[in-house]
Amino acid sequence: MLAIAAPVARSDQTQHRYTSMTADGEIVHFDNVGLRYGTEREVLSDLTFTLFAGRFYFLTGASGAGKTSLLRLLYLAQRPSRGAIRMFGTDLITLPRSRLPGLRRRTGVVFQDFRLIPHLSAFDNVALPLRVAGHQERDIGGPVRDILEWVGLSDKLDAGPATLSGGEQQRVAIARAVIARPAMLVADEPTGNVDSEMALKLLRLFEMLNRQGTTVVVATHDLDLLRKVPDSLIMRLDRGRLADPTGALRYPPRRLT
Amino acid sequence: MSEADTLADAGKWRVRDWRRLGVRGAELIPQTRMSGPMPWVIAIMVAMTAIALAAGLALGNAISLARAEIEGGVTIQVIEPRDEIREREAAAAVDAIKRLPHVAGLRRVPQAELDGLIEPWLGTGIAAATGAAIPVPSLIDVRLKGPATPPQLAAIEKAIAKVAPSAKVDAQSSWLRPVFDAMVSLQVLSISLVLLLAGALAAAVLLAARSALGANRDIIEIVHLLGGTDTQVARVFQRSIGFDAAGGGTVGLALAMVVILSLGRRFASLGAGLVDSGALVWTDWLLLALVPLLSTLLAMLTARLTVLHALRKML
Ligand SMILES: Nc1ncnc2c1ncn2[C@@H]1O[C@H](COP(=O)(O)OP(=O)(O)O)[C@@H](O)[C@H]1O
Ligand SMILES: [Mg+2]
Repeated sequence: MLAIAAPVARSDQTQHRYTSMTADGEIVHFDNVGLRYGTEREVLSDLTFTLFAGRFYFLTGASGAGKTSLLRLLYLAQRPSRGAIRMFGTDLITLPRSRLPGLRRRTGVVFQDFRLIPHLSAFDNVALPLRVAGHQERDIGGPVRDILEWVGLSDKLDAGPATLSGGEQQRVAIARAVIARPAMLVADEPTGNVDSEMALKLLRLFEMLNRQGTTVVVATHDLDLLRKVPDSLIMRLDRGRLADPTGALRYPPRRLT
Repeated sequence: MSEADTLADAGKWRVRDWRRLGVRGAELIPQTRMSGPMPWVIAIMVAMTAIALAAGLALGNAISLARAEIEGGVTIQVIEPRDEIREREAAAAVDAIKRLPHVAGLRRVPQAELDGLIEPWLGTGIAAATGAAIPVPSLIDVRLKGPATPPQLAAIEKAIAKVAPSAKVDAQSSWLRPVFDAMVSLQVLSISLVLLLAGALAAAVLLAARSALGANRDIIEIVHLLGGTDTQVARVFQRSIGFDAAGGGTVGLALAMVVILSLGRRFASLGAGLVDSGALVWTDWLLLALVPLLSTLLAMLTARLTVLHALRKML
């Protein structure tokens, strides 16, 4: 079903357009970041790390460790309570609100609960990032159909989210996350609702996007998954603090190409 | 219906517009319009605004016609019981006034017309019945080049004082003034009503937009996270209210037309001069036709500003 000859691979000319990463390949940098909701204690503390462009990251940790919270910072759903974040070479602390949409369009997100828009068909949900980015309607239909076919949903174009199974909704969510060819893909427990066969297929999809240059960050508590992507780097959250036992986050091993 | 119900309805009715999130406006195909309360609220507002405006315009027309009539009008009555003296003084007064520079024209009201004026009280053929005519004052209608000012009245009085000592000079505006003032107050009232109704319309749209925002908060957040701008989100609400306002406005205007035309016919059949002169001219009808258009624009602008303002508080 998930053929490797994927439509994402078709337009090769768009692959290397991530100009805003810095010379050393940094795509995201957290400096002593902390996050608290309201007046509660911090759910994330003292996070200092760098994500490098083109790498594959797993974010692990027990339930409640703060994985979703960290991803929310990454996809700009949340501003940190303290510390500094730099993304695509842009300092988020001083960034005016009006520039957030431009930055958000460069990150594809698979939400833990999918967050499909209930009144839109699968087609329109997937088309949304392209429409939001101002693409012409005639340029939208083809890619959207292709990517839905690619995730095995070509017979569900007009189906509303409510009529789709959990796994189908998840695939729509993934299609929506990657349709606009983001520089970074952030996925929150993307294999949580699918059987192990589908989980593996999704992982292969992420890997393929990664090979094309997309930086991938996948939050999961499924430790089996980690072993299936040999080149991946692992960030482990423990009660809101980042463990980097191997130093791989600060000094990632050179990639074998 | 309670306020809470109305607000909840307003929220529901918006949800459909996300069916095709119109980042490109053409995608937004609103379904089953005229279902929520908003189009009807707008219809009522537009109807009342158009009726108030029509009243204001009609009064305006009546006022400006009446003003032209009475402002430059001066009436001279020669009150003298003896026929020949009255006749002589009136003729002399006419001669004297004619020479004044600010007089545009004058007319001696003929005896037949004067008889006609008193006929309703005294009947015809008085002279034949009593053997003597009732001494009715002579009337001279003077039309000035501009409005009658006190110095001009004084000049007229001075010019005729010697030749017609029994003549009395009156500016017509002095006795029509209270009527005139009442009409102006009514006009001010109807214009204030138009403005108040516009304010009420904006307030209703503001409430509806706020509750729609609340009802669609999750969706707005998703659109934001996918890179949607505030303007794109606002455009969805703006378009939606635009459709409702255009539909409601058309119904409201039709309603108002029925009222205005039937009232107009009723007044016309009274045949009273002042009311007649208040008939609407084509520019007035054009202004009335603009009411739903301007209401739609006002509603859209209000929705846009409300939404943009509220979104600024979201990340
Ligand atoms: N919106 C929120 N308001 C308050 N507390 C929250 C909110 N979201 C998450 N938390 C708290 O933050 C902690 C981390 O949650 P989360 O980031 O969802 O962890 P994970 O995704 O690893 O399970 C938990 O203790 C959770 O209760
Ligand atoms: Mg989570």
